[in-house]
Amino acid sequence: MLIISKTYYSPEVVRMEVEAPEVAAKAAAGQFVILIPKEGGERIPLTIADWNKDRGTITLIFQKVGFSTNTLSFLEPGDNIAHLLGPLGKPTHINGYSEVICVGGGVGIAELYPVARAFYKAGSRVTSILGARSRGLLILEDAMREVSKELIIVTDDGSYGSKGLVTDPLKGILSSVENSTHNVYPELVYAIGPVAMMQAVAGLSLGYGIKTIVSLNPIMVDGTGMCGACRCTVHGKTAFACVEGPEFDASGVDFEELKTRLKTYRRKEIRINDKAGQL
Amino acid sequence: MRLKPAREPSSSRINNFSEVTRVFSPQEALVEASRCLQCKNAPCSKGCPVNIDIPGFIKLIKEGKPAEALAKIKERNSLPGICGRVCPQEEQCEKACVLNKNGEPVNIGALERFAADSAACAKMPPMIEKDKKTGLALSVAVIGSGPAGLTCAAELAKSGYTVELFESLHLPGGVLSYGIPEFRLPKKIVADEVAYVRGLGVKISPDTLAGYTISLEELLGKRGFSAVFIASGAGLPQFLGIKGENLPGVYSANEFLCRINLMKAYEFPTLATPVNVAEETIVVGGGNVALDCARCARRLGSRVSLVYRRTEAEMPARREEVENAVEEGIKFCFLTQPLEFLADSQGLLSGVKCIKMQLGEPDDSGRRRPLALPGSEFIINAGTAVVAVGQNPNPLLAKACPGLKTGPHGTLVTDDALMTSIPGVFAGGDIVSGAATVISAMAAGKKGAAAIDAYLKELKHEA
Repeated sequence: MLIISKTYYSPEVVRMEVEAPEVAAKAAAGQFVILIPKEGGERIPLTIADWNKDRGTITLIFQKVGFSTNTLSFLEPGDNIAHLLGPLGKPTHINGYSEVICVGGGVGIAELYPVARAFYKAGSRVTSILGARSRGLLILEDAMREVSKELIIVTDDGSYGSKGLVTDPLKGILSSVENSTHNVYPELVYAIGPVAMMQAVAGLSLGYGIKTIVSLNPIMVDGTGMCGACRCTVHGKTAFACVEGPEFDASGVDFEELKTRLKTYRRKEIRINDKAGQL
Repeated sequence: MRLKPAREPSSSRINNFSEVTRVFSPQEALVEASRCLQCKNAPCSKGCPVNIDIPGFIKLIKEGKPAEALAKIKERNSLPGICGRVCPQEEQCEKACVLNKNGEPVNIGALERFAADSAACAKMPPMIEKDKKTGLALSVAVIGSGPAGLTCAAELAKSGYTVELFESLHLPGGVLSYGIPEFRLPKKIVADEVAYVRGLGVKISPDTLAGYTISLEELLGKRGFSAVFIASGAGLPQFLGIKGENLPGVYSANEFLCRINLMKAYEFPTLATPVNVAEETIVVGGGNVALDCARCARRLGSRVSLVYRRTEAEMPARREEVENAVEEGIKFCFLTQPLEFLADSQGLLSGVKCIKMQLGEPDDSGRRRPLALPGSEFIINAGTAVVAVGQNPNPLLAKACPGLKTGPHGTLVTDDALMTSIPGVFAGGDIVSGAATVISAMAAGKKGAAAIDAYLKELKHEA
């Protein structure tokens, strides 16, 4: 799959436009691809951040966090991603919401954008809350502003927007709803980002009785329901995130189990992280 | 006396993934081929799901013509190097062999492999029987490149159709690539036999998930295929449904084997995909897949216990593989059923709580039903566990295409000619039968190809 362009949002966050006409033709908000950056590499899932049916391309936005994302980041326009499969997973269920709060953290904002845009296009009133460690790591602010009636930004260090966590403004909105000072009642909170963030958001919004959807990011291998590496416990039952998700009703998600399963290969990841580029 | 090919010594083979069973030397092959009685009624051929002319190819080996022997096999079977290694011959051709009356059937499997290996199968020019060509300028899509899909594609190409084979993974071969380990079926053999199928003119498109990347409607519509053969296999792992099964350290057999065979995790960190194998591993199950998992874990340095809820007599695994596993030091715990996966203080797998079983009255499968012995619970320490208790058909395509009628456990329903509920869409292999053997999937691939050929000729006749 030919890489058309590569740009950086920050030294850590990369945007790639990749030629994948069959994937672009079918892609919908909430779906992902499985790719192998170079032969001999791992199969890793990445959300489809955007797609252009006419150009036959998809956009991938990823943070350089480990061996595979670093290996991918070393590829240049004109290079090929060795393998790419998609679109995978169930698309986001978009219709029927008049008021939606979209919450994204870190590189999760790239995954949030197509979802927020789809809600916006379907006529929902979208309030977006974006969180980043600092100003330089905040991505897609302008794009998110275009699809949001209201956009709230928080940073961990206070270098942009207000200082704090995404749950701070969310709590403000939800408590004002409760006190009837907010004129519309949010019917859905959609959260994507680090597991701890999604867990905190869900803990808050579910406490206010608001339906909450989270997009999970477990380890995957085939991405087609064959291996079960991505299994999560949802409402007490095992679910394969690759085919039954990646989005789930947050009220049933066992976040602690997901956190533990995500650490499965941490020791091995440390051994290989500095070898990116040697594949 | 029946000759068996030599095997690598167990002391050295547990340190690598090299093939365990060696190929016959030409001398051994001659000796073993000479034992064949050349029965006129060839009961062995009738015992073969794809009806290879077994006395015919053995005679050619006896005459010192392995390449001709291979050509004879390939009249009926496009994947001889694979079948010679993984077919359960003892249940099929060798079971039917007249010499089996004395318990010493001709070693047909080893002779088939000898023919395939010594003639370096992929380098042989494809043998397209021109007179069999239909002349129909039609194309057929095959979904899934495992044994059923590869065979169907090869047969259709030989009959003159343009064939495109779609595979969701990055490598073709299905279970031959991701499931069966290198030490039983070297991936070079799979690659060579896939190359042979390509040589017949089959186009192989990996990284394509039917129902997602491309729909059945598109295949039959704008992509212009006249028929489709679905061979998407039994890729949905079954779990035990017991507490702790989602702990890190507990794998499905599919994941464990995928990491090791497809992604070559034993070459980590030279290659990027890891697998965790602790000092002690427990494998749950009694089939060939369970044995493959146990023997992989052994090769990755683990002490391995295999727990099975019935006794050795009821194990569905091949005897030969059980013997190999015993030699390699796999500990067998029969009449043992896991109850719970246990975690240590860090939330990682530390052991499996099991219970002893006894056999009761026969169940639906005719095997005696295992019953728990109350109060016999005990713990087996293990940092890695692999659940290998069976696979169900892959449900993805049926879900993406509601017109496809499904049966119990998600199998696709077909008529006698393997046509599904959608006209022009055929199916065969594990997706129809449920999990079975490589050779039965190949037989279904052949049957599907013949059915598609008949269907398309009928359509043309009507038009």
